[in-house]
Amino acid sequence: MKTFPLGGIHPEENKLSTQAAIEVFPLPKQVAVFLSQHLGAPAIPIVEKGTVVKTGQLIAKADAFLCANIHSPVSGTVSKIDAVKDIFGYSKPAIIIDVEGDEWDESIDRSPEIKREITLSASEIVEKIKEKGIVGLGGATFPTHIKYIIPEGKKAEYLIINAVECEPYLTSDHRVMLEHTEEIMIGVSILRKALGVQTAYIGIENNKPEPIAKMKEMAAKFEGIVVEPLKVKYPQGAEKQLIKAITGRNVPSGKLPIDVGCVVNNVGTAYSVYEAVQKNKPLIENIMTVTGKSLGEQRNFLVRIGVNYNDIVAHIGGLPDDTAKIISGGPMMGKAMVNLDAPVTKGASSILIMKESEATRAQETNCIRCGKCMEVCPMGLEPYLFSALVNNGKIQEAIGERLMDCIECGCCLFTCPANKPLLDEIRLAKNKFRQMMMQQKK
Amino acid sequence: MILPAVIVLGAIGALFGILLYFVAQKFKVFEDPKIDEISEVLPGANCGGCGKAGCRALAEAIVKQGNMEGLRCPAGGNDVAAKIAQIMGLEAKESEPQVAVIRCSAGCADAAPKYSYQGMQSCAYAASVYVGGSGCAYGCLGFGDCYNACQFDAIKLDPKTGFPIVDEEKCVGCGACATACPRKVIELRNKGLKNRRVYVSCVNKEKGAVARKTCANACIGCGKCAKTCPFEAITVENNLAYIDYNKCKLCRKCVVECPTGAIVAVNFPPKPAVDTTENNDK
Repeated sequence: MKTFPLGGIHPEENKLSTQAAIEVFPLPKQVAVFLSQHLGAPAIPIVEKGTVVKTGQLIAKADAFLCANIHSPVSGTVSKIDAVKDIFGYSKPAIIIDVEGDEWDESIDRSPEIKREITLSASEIVEKIKEKGIVGLGGATFPTHIKYIIPEGKKAEYLIINAVECEPYLTSDHRVMLEHTEEIMIGVSILRKALGVQTAYIGIENNKPEPIAKMKEMAAKFEGIVVEPLKVKYPQGAEKQLIKAITGRNVPSGKLPIDVGCVVNNVGTAYSVYEAVQKNKPLIENIMTVTGKSLGEQRNFLVRIGVNYNDIVAHIGGLPDDTAKIISGGPMMGKAMVNLDAPVTKGASSILIMKESEATRAQETNCIRCGKCMEVCPMGLEPYLFSALVNNGKIQEAIGERLMDCIECGCCLFTCPANKPLLDEIRLAKNKFRQMMMQQKK
Repeated sequence: MILPAVIVLGAIGALFGILLYFVAQKFKVFEDPKIDEISEVLPGANCGGCGKAGCRALAEAIVKQGNMEGLRCPAGGNDVAAKIAQIMGLEAKESEPQVAVIRCSAGCADAAPKYSYQGMQSCAYAASVYVGGSGCAYGCLGFGDCYNACQFDAIKLDPKTGFPIVDEEKCVGCGACATACPRKVIELRNKGLKNRRVYVSCVNKEKGAVARKTCANACIGCGKCAKTCPFEAITVENNLAYIDYNKCKLCRKCVVECPTGAIVAVNFPPKPAVDTTENNDK
């Protein structure tokens, strides 16, 4: 069975919510939609206080190359455009909408029938993806249409669909694959047409036998789609690792997947592409896993963008008493939340609730030069060296040791017997280097 | 037996000596002796306060430029500036000495922190992952990035809260701490007459009610100080007051007026504030 060769770990899988069917989360009284919920520049609002909006109506327009449109997730009246605190506690501009009923924009096809025929041309598909504000749902929220603008002199040979879901606990991709198998296949066919490639590969880790079986069965009915089961290893869902696992190609340092002829999209993204292209529906909903060992019932919800996390917590009957940490995303790459009074954004994939015993970091001790961090690094880097350099302020030297190649998967931090905050140090150095670059540009 | 060896080695030595002399003459790099002289008088801490890579880099820059316009050693102050001017044959310009001022009053220090942080002990990293223990998105985080940046041992950390305390005697105003602080809480301000200073000890730009929720001593941007100030030294922008130290005459009327105690006056004699205000007015 295929996998990537270098490094990697196998943390406890803890896929607790695989059997929980996706439930539609009830409409809240009010939503707050951030203007920046994708990688890149914030969108520019085109509504103002008092504007009456319908579900799926464009409310903020992309103004830069790296940017995505934002649509109203609900119908109602815009109450204000104001600063709202995000999950880290920092204030960011958002459009706040009071919900009134649920009236959808007329152009959106809400019928349950699956639309199989792909009528749009390749360029029309890319335009549609752009118009409907689709971003990568694997976590990085990179605007999807940009991946389909192939730079001159380069050629796409492989379309890879990332259904690996290598993060422990998360099951949103798992559930989508079970419940919307055919839609995903149509979405993949659409992406294949947009890219003009022969074959699309769907990489799924072998710990999901049910989705693999279902996807394989469905793929047989479609032309040019191959389901590729992969050996379970974290971080297989990272772009470069997945490309290596499926095609055997190495993406060189500082290059993009397209430089080796690959385009990678998440399986959730493929589903939203189907909805955008075939049903004209913009990205206004997320499938979110609400999970944790201390929770009695594990859930998967279809949540509108902009719903307050507090509403979700209230819906599941409040937090367990022994909750110590709440994470947005998976336990490996997710971010600890300090503010639950914050809205859900595009790409938010889960709420993970942890007890004190699961969440506490052990006491840091000195590096014993065991080299375990190097063994597990999927990029072949030397995290212990970064740690030493960064702590002595030698950022430039760390850059020389390929610091910027780090994908921040956290394998080094996970494996370190001295409990050193290796990933923290690397992230700090990356931030500082970016600041240095910005200053030089000025 | 020993003689031929001495002669041979001596001859080789002399030959190479002569060769090296001519090579050295041929490839001689001229360096202004002033660079060395200036390097001698600079403090040699390589703090970077001048904006150059180190003390020698500053010396080179001064000699290359030919004057001291915009080039100054903040750590050495006026004494060093006078010495450099003498070496360069220029007239020394006096400039107001500066000192690092912490613009956060640690109003949250007594309250129990809302969150516990387990990551790397660095303000810059903590700021990138969360808002801070108190919930204030602007104030001091207390992990001591400024303490680590200071080359002059002028910053101490309060052992209980981690908030920095500047030793005015030792602080040379190089600004390394201000650069290191990710929240831009530290500002370089003029030392002021008899070291007396009045400043807003808060950098919170939230609206008053929000700021007040996280900190009892936060500036709420009410503007009372700006109205009171007879010298138009105070401006309020983005819900935050700022006192221009070049215009402030240290009358301290604003200190009394401030409803949250965000404006701080330091090094004034311990007399009732109202009396001194009147004296100063005369």
